[in-house]
Amino acid sequence: MRENDVIGIENLSKSFGGVRALDGVSLAVRAGTVTAVLGPNASGKSTLIKCILGLVNPDEGEVHLEDAPVKGEWRYRARIGYMPQSAKFPENLTVDELFALLKDIRKDLPGSGALDTELYERFGLSAIGRRRLGVLSGGTRQRINAAIAFLFAPPLLILDEPTVGLDPLSAVILRDKIRDQRAGGRTVLLTSHLVGEVEEMADHIVYMLEGRPFFDGSIDDLRRLTSEPKLERAIVRLMEENRSGASGQNTDVRNS
Amino acid sequence: MGQAVKILTYEIHNLVRSRWLIGMGVLLLAATEVLFRFGGDPSRAVTSLMNVVFLIVPLVSLVLGTVYFYSSREFNELLLAQPVNRTAIYLGKLAGFTAALSLVFALGTGLPFLLHGYGLGDYAGKVAILLLVGEALVIIFSAVAFLAATRYEDRVKGLGSVILLWFFLSAVYDGLLLLAVHAFHRYPYETPLMALVMLNPIDLGRILVLLQLDISALMGFTGALFRKFYGSGVGTAVSSAMLVLYAAIPIVLGLLSFRRKDF
Repeated sequence: MRENDVIGIENLSKSFGGVRALDGVSLAVRAGTVTAVLGPNASGKSTLIKCILGLVNPDEGEVHLEDAPVKGEWRYRARIGYMPQSAKFPENLTVDELFALLKDIRKDLPGSGALDTELYERFGLSAIGRRRLGVLSGGTRQRINAAIAFLFAPPLLILDEPTVGLDPLSAVILRDKIRDQRAGGRTVLLTSHLVGEVEEMADHIVYMLEGRPFFDGSIDDLRRLTSEPKLERAIVRLMEENRSGASGQNTDVRNS
Repeated sequence: MGQAVKILTYEIHNLVRSRWLIGMGVLLLAATEVLFRFGGDPSRAVTSLMNVVFLIVPLVSLVLGTVYFYSSREFNELLLAQPVNRTAIYLGKLAGFTAALSLVFALGTGLPFLLHGYGLGDYAGKVAILLLVGEALVIIFSAVAFLAATRYEDRVKGLGSVILLWFFLSAVYDGLLLLAVHAFHRYPYETPLMALVMLNPIDLGRILVLLQLDISALMGFTGALFRKFYGSGVGTAVSSAMLVLYAAIPIVLGLLSFRRKDF
């Protein structure tokens, strides 16, 4: 792991019932960048994220956060804000009670300083504080989900398809927020299927394919490599070249 | 430990507002009240109530526990991504569920006794033992439900397995015991029978309550032997230890399984 890497992943493998979800993944996420993990369905994006969070126990390999291995640990998660793809909350609690629970959990932990309530306010969550979580719409739940991830002003944000299910206005607010994070020196790791969104926000791209990082480099690297100005086309070109050329060879620009 | 308590508190907050639990409480309350009005003397009310309790409490704990755990799966994922350890989450959730269900059970069955003025005096002990054994069953079968829901990713399998278990323990097991007694009636079967009864927490609970009522005399020679063993200090200690064991095994297995699980 290099000095300003926030996440270091080495040779990470995980199988689910014989299917290899992650196949010897090695990656680094540098501090202060927005890294986007792209890839088709079942390419291992979510498993990768869940390994970092300790939700999935890898079969092999290690994940480091800053300098410490995360295996068997839980306190390191005080430094992470996580937004899952979708969330269901306890039906009979109110919005206020949910936020109180999450604050309560982090209360005595180091690294939980001032709260960042910007999203909470801009998403209008204070107005629905007394509503039961069970009656909220999917979009509102997703806004709560986002507000929770940013609430503790964590140095690392992990967002799993953050804008899916949000209305356009909320999606814009969230994208602005993600950009602010980078400006403030925080690190963001996100997955997305929306290439436009990635192009707009990400510095660095990891394209996962069949459990491996098929491409790992900056957007400019990708453009240069494929001489395609459009990200979407560059990815397609990359996949086509891989299929016709030496298959199975990873295109890791950063190391070359 | 502090984190487990926090989670427990919120679980209770969530659960006491659950329609299912409130419905269960009202149902128990109504059943107890009806048994009182039409059952005549309170001793018979306790006996009838015991049969209801030992049938319903394990079933409700198993089914509600399994369904509840499955339905909170996505929220568990969010909790697991917070700085909390898995032991605190699992034990907090289990304790919260058990506490809420226990409360409902205690109110539903205990309240009518109090209202009818049997909270004190002769019947207090009998009602207390019924409530105590009922609470033990709530704890045991809630733990089994959480274990099943942790082990089986598939809801149908999880729910199916707990319903099968309930059917086996509350019907099939007794049938097999009766068959065995019938087959071995020429032999001194009483001691093995006592051991076999102990292997089923529902039967064990039933014996413990029955012995508090005066009807064990109706059970003849076997009843007398049961009374001799289960009524003694050793018998009480052994049966209590067994009930604790029946709770501890699924709690520990469930916790181990939850700690290793991929979400």
